[in-house]
Amino acid sequence: MSAPVGRLSALGWTAVAWGVALAVLVPLAVVVASLAGDSDGVFGHIVETRLADYAGNTALLCLGVATMTLLLGVPPAWFVTMHRFTGRRILSILLLLPFAVPAYIAAYSVTDLLQPAGPLQQLAIGEDGVRWWWPRMRSLPGAVVILSFCLYPYVYLASRAAFLALPSSLMDAAKTLGCGPTSAVVRVVLPIAAPAIAGGLLLVVMETVADFGAVDYCAVDTFATGVYRAWSTLGSPIAAAQLGSVLLGAMAVLFVFLAIARGRRRFHATGARSHTPHPTHLHGMRSVAAVGVCVLPIIGGFVLPVGWLTVLSITSGDRRAGELLLDHGTATVALSACAAVLVVGASLLLVEARRINKTWATRLSLKASYLGYAVPGTVLAVGLLIPLAWLDHRLNDAWTWLGGERLGLVLTGTVVAVLLGYQARFLAVGSGFLQSGLDRISPRLDEAAHSLGGSPMRIFARIHLPLLLPTMCAAMLLVFVDAAKELPMTLMLRPFGLDTLAVRVYQLASDERLGEASSGALAIVAVGLLPVVVLSTAMESRMNRMARAPR
Amino acid sequence: MTALLSLVLAIVLSLGPSDTSEDAPSLEVVNVYSSRHYDTDDALYERFSAETGIKVNLIEGNSDQLLARIQREGDLSPADVFVTVDAARLERALQAGVLASVESEQLEQRVPEFLRDPDGRWFALTRRVRLIVASKDRVPAGAITSYADLADERWRGRVLIRSSSSVYNQSLVASLFHRIGAEATQAWCEGVVANFARTPQGGDRDQVRAIAAGEGDVALVNHYYVARMLAGEGADREAAESVRLIFPDQDSSDTPLGGAHVNICGAGVVKNAPNRENAIRFIEFLLSDAAQEALAEGNFEYPVVESVEVADVLKRFQAFRSADVPVSAMAEKNRDAVETMDRAGWR
Repeated sequence: MSAPVGRLSALGWTAVAWGVALAVLVPLAVVVASLAGDSDGVFGHIVETRLADYAGNTALLCLGVATMTLLLGVPPAWFVTMHRFTGRRILSILLLLPFAVPAYIAAYSVTDLLQPAGPLQQLAIGEDGVRWWWPRMRSLPGAVVILSFCLYPYVYLASRAAFLALPSSLMDAAKTLGCGPTSAVVRVVLPIAAPAIAGGLLLVVMETVADFGAVDYCAVDTFATGVYRAWSTLGSPIAAAQLGSVLLGAMAVLFVFLAIARGRRRFHATGARSHTPHPTHLHGMRSVAAVGVCVLPIIGGFVLPVGWLTVLSITSGDRRAGELLLDHGTATVALSACAAVLVVGASLLLVEARRINKTWATRLSLKASYLGYAVPGTVLAVGLLIPLAWLDHRLNDAWTWLGGERLGLVLTGTVVAVLLGYQARFLAVGSGFLQSGLDRISPRLDEAAHSLGGSPMRIFARIHLPLLLPTMCAAMLLVFVDAAKELPMTLMLRPFGLDTLAVRVYQLASDERLGEASSGALAIVAVGLLPVVVLSTAMESRMNRMARAPR
Repeated sequence: MTALLSLVLAIVLSLGPSDTSEDAPSLEVVNVYSSRHYDTDDALYERFSAETGIKVNLIEGNSDQLLARIQREGDLSPADVFVTVDAARLERALQAGVLASVESEQLEQRVPEFLRDPDGRWFALTRRVRLIVASKDRVPAGAITSYADLADERWRGRVLIRSSSSVYNQSLVASLFHRIGAEATQAWCEGVVANFARTPQGGDRDQVRAIAAGEGDVALVNHYYVARMLAGEGADREAAESVRLIFPDQDSSDTPLGGAHVNICGAGVVKNAPNRENAIRFIEFLLSDAAQEALAEGNFEYPVVESVEVADVLKRFQAFRSADVPVSAMAEKNRDAVETMDRAGWR
């Protein structure tokens, strides 16, 4: 129970919540509404010639990446949680490093490293000039590998949390009932951990569907690149939006399916507090194997791509470093900082509205705010461009009619469009984070404050805000980094004369000038390392707390 | 919260459009929307600024995006000059009513008539040839001489080319529409797709590298990419030296195609340019001897001003015959070209 609020204020908070959620809902509505629009035959042409490719590639990519992230993410999580071996502590943190490398940057680097004229293949040519078989990275399997190495940390984190929450009593019970270690894992651990791991997997799939830079570079046509092509090459925003709405439909079906599947199976720990299982110590070959399982994803997801970029930057990147870091770096930092403040500010309003006024209406608005993350940036960008461009012209018409000077493009010609795009895409990050933070503040505090005569605003300002401050900082950091790495939306919505590092790196890399892009790419990775550090310290303290819990 | 919001507002406003379209009158600017993306251009723009005191604000992007952007921005666009690397895009911009007529004696004198719009709405800056390159090791001299050959069964699994999203390919296919008609063009596209050595990927230089690596034997690339590789060093130079350059369809007796496909890079003044005078000066500068030499020497393109010499690397290439395809035809057939490639399964 939360403190009761007056009817008027309840209405006000509902309006605020929906006002914030509109940032996501408007572009989505435009995309869906485009189905009624006329694309002058372009959409029909796409359906006839390309749609099967887009759908097939997107599905195969998701399937491949989901499978491979499971293989890359679950075993190391199991070893670092359930076992003790040399290097475990440091490995458990290093396993998060690939979070810092955006998939498109990994794609540029790894493709270059493994290309026929690249260093590895050149080294491997024998004296007789015979070439071995090398994998082609610019292919569907190549894209699966690259994306998997970048995205497995989601699965790793989710499985780690699931294994940590595993009640040791259950493992003991399984053993007493005659299960061997393997059979215990298969019959007890995995079914219990599955829902949590599936949660991590869902994030992986959403990131895969949304990816533009890596699949574009790997020559794999998915919905995300298809929308971009319809908008850019075929010159039809309407067809692009229509293609986007096909994807939205598919995603909606997937979500409903998952919701049903999840609704069926629920597992609960019996005790109020679960105990971390007793870790077993590994020695000899087993410990070597465990280290190997943990090191492989780190090498593929971080050491190789970042290492090669560093080599490139030292040997050939210097010329552009100044321009990249000064001009585009500054723009990136300014823009991402704005996005962080804006998104977290809006998220705060949203979750607070939900807290003060617990109705289905505010609940729904919070759910709606999560949608943006499930939709590729290219789709959101098209959904924003169409109404914003229209609004820009109407604004100017109205203003000149009132006798004013022309305003110019106040929405699409400025950072407003990009910021609205970030708002739509990353609201989920902000509100999800703040919601979990707010949930940790007991409603009893609100009630106590209310009984002492505190108004909702006062409770918000004096109790929630101070307690939420650390969470807000973390959320801002996450949004900041997400915005700094963001590529397709920035590419489509950026104003005249403002290129972020990501856009510049994309342009240079598509123009086969990876060497010149390397210092900028490394800067993006460096920024991406910030939340990894925060995340790993948070994880460590949580681990320690759980380890201290009574057994 | 209010403090935060006002902070955001302050930052947003400071990042606003003020520094592009509404600069203080004392600082002259020209806003250039360009799909050229070559290193050497930066130095050229700096030179323009140094000579005239006009600051060049540049937005780079692909031709379609920039054109869509100018159209979307309409009469509110800050764009002064539109520079594109594809003839069809120039003509498309013209048809969209985005470009304005310019009367400049200097421009008319320096640019040959067939390389500019009769009403002065665009002017070519350079010319570029789409060449066939073939492995010296695996393809004997004379084995491939025509674009038509690329669709021949002999080259099954041996042809390298980039995606149909590339404007260079689109204009080539559109020019085929003009030369041999829709049906033959469709058949040609299908033949080329059947001959792909791999899924179309990468840029033009990647195709040359792929020949060197043995992934395929023949490729279609713009001449200046090879020239740039030849003038460079290391693995790229070796790759370029491993291929033979073929100007297609030079012998009129054995082909109905009538010559190599020549595309242009060109510029026009945007209709609602806020800085029209500066825009004209900018284009005039790009067609000055100094700038034309820089474009020729720096990026190995063929200059449009006849008195300016081609780069030394290009002198090694033969004088060639180019196909007589009007720029407007490439624009007209652009959508057909893209759709035909889509139908043929050309990624």
